[in-house]
Amino acid sequence: MSKSKKVATQRRSPGELLLALKEVQAKTGYVSEQAMVELASSFGIPLHDVYGVASFYSFLTTRPVGRNVIKVCKSLPCYLKNYQSIVEAIEREIGIKPGETTSDGRFSFELVNCIGLCDQAPAILINDDPHVNLTPGKIAKILEGYK
Amino acid sequence: MPQERVALKNCGVINPEDVGSYLKQEGFKALGKARQEMTPETVIAEVKASGLRGRGGAGFPCGLKWEGARRTPSDAKYVICNADEGEVGTFKDRYILENDPFTLVEGLAIAGYAVGAGKGYIYLRAEYHYLLDLLAKAVNQAKEAELLAGFDIEIREGAGAYVCGEESALMESIEGKRGEARYRPPFPTVAGLWNKPTTINNVETLMNIPQIILNGADWFNQMGTERSKGTKVFSVSGDVACPGVYELVLGSPLRELVEDLAQAKEANLIQIGGATGRVVSWEMMGTPLAFETILGAGAITVFDKSRDVIDIVYQTMEFLAEESCGKCTPCRQGTEAMLYILEKFRQGEAVSRDVKDMEDLSDVMMISSLCGLGQAAPNVVMDTLKYFPDAYQCRIKETKVVR
Repeated sequence: MSKSKKVATQRRSPGELLLALKEVQAKTGYVSEQAMVELASSFGIPLHDVYGVASFYSFLTTRPVGRNVIKVCKSLPCYLKNYQSIVEAIEREIGIKPGETTSDGRFSFELVNCIGLCDQAPAILINDDPHVNLTPGKIAKILEGYK
Repeated sequence: MPQERVALKNCGVINPEDVGSYLKQEGFKALGKARQEMTPETVIAEVKASGLRGRGGAGFPCGLKWEGARRTPSDAKYVICNADEGEVGTFKDRYILENDPFTLVEGLAIAGYAVGAGKGYIYLRAEYHYLLDLLAKAVNQAKEAELLAGFDIEIREGAGAYVCGEESALMESIEGKRGEARYRPPFPTVAGLWNKPTTINNVETLMNIPQIILNGADWFNQMGTERSKGTKVFSVSGDVACPGVYELVLGSPLRELVEDLAQAKEANLIQIGGATGRVVSWEMMGTPLAFETILGAGAITVFDKSRDVIDIVYQTMEFLAEESCGKCTPCRQGTEAMLYILEKFRQGEAVSRDVKDMEDLSDVMMISSLCGLGQAAPNVVMDTLKYFPDAYQCRIKETKVVR
């Protein structure tokens, strides 16, 4: 909020709001209130409509998150392959629970619904990268790759 | 019936990064044939005669859908490929996109020709972002080789919402809005994307199109059953030794897929079609997989005898409650109310009346929900009440009758 520099892009056709929100998130890590105010004015629509879209999609976030976002699949096929043990391994490794961000801002950690890697469960996404056929023992090494 | 590769014909055969390898496998021959030897009407007639039905779960006849959009007069029309498979336990379209994006591009271009659309969209789920480059490369290679002859394809990515796999919510999302289902009518073939006539087809549906054009409707419709022609691609996961993607002729028994191919041992409960799909018990392994029986989008999750039925039902409902878009009350509130009652069963605190309440609630949700999510959300409860009544009965608190 303190930045005066504009974070959102200029006015475009009304259908491009979701694209614009995704761009903002890719650039700044999340969709800030300032960005939503700017988008509302450049698209010429009410702020609540911008927030409505930003808050609808689970891959968009209106709160700051860590540099790397760990998404652990909690749906049934991963549940059958004990995703809980993966959650525990991540908790041990980075010291936070799902829904939290590490104090150094390196990781955010969340549970998500089916990511379509059920044949290689348990599976997670870190940022956009899939990691599959996981065991608790593999977690430390995988996380090392994300600074 | 043996495995039969129609939709997956080129998977593992071609190099998904090289259009040249696709051209060697008769790639884009069907599009050329359609454009040079057939009118849009004869393409539609061929697809209608093939009996091809939508592979995303609803099973609507593909040719009829195309015809509807073809016949609606408009200055612009659109064709959309739904690559937003989000049903729990489904990953077949991921496998297709990873291995053969070119057939999809060709299928979509044929759809565009048939419908009279100059532009097509591929709506890719955000969870598959790592496939975006591969898919974009396939589209660009086809464009650069001038194989699409002016037909434009744009890839749009979702942003993490299960309900956007529902066609009207998907179109809202492409228009940049919240992915909420629309009231119908009007149907998309009359007023779809940007209010223009639009067809929307699942990835796997479009994968069948080039071969139907090349080999003819009669070749295609000799496979399958009376009302389910061709093959189906299944995603099998859960308590099986060999999870993965399998393509079978429609009408093949569930046993062949689950026990022979995926090597399930001691299967007890099988969820067919994911969270909004149906549930069967191990005693029904002889059931043929077809639209007239049970099919959905072909997601098969196997649960063995060690799994708690109520736990499976609860988690399925929890998923649906989280993913409900919230626009209509029966779905938004119904899934939450269902969870509340299921929690009582989980705790062993349920009373006999709760079963009746769930049945009544199911009726309301099925009749009055706006889209397939709410309409099909009660399936998992109703099916397990039918096939696993003991799982519920043993959680009902016994009341002592005072005489």
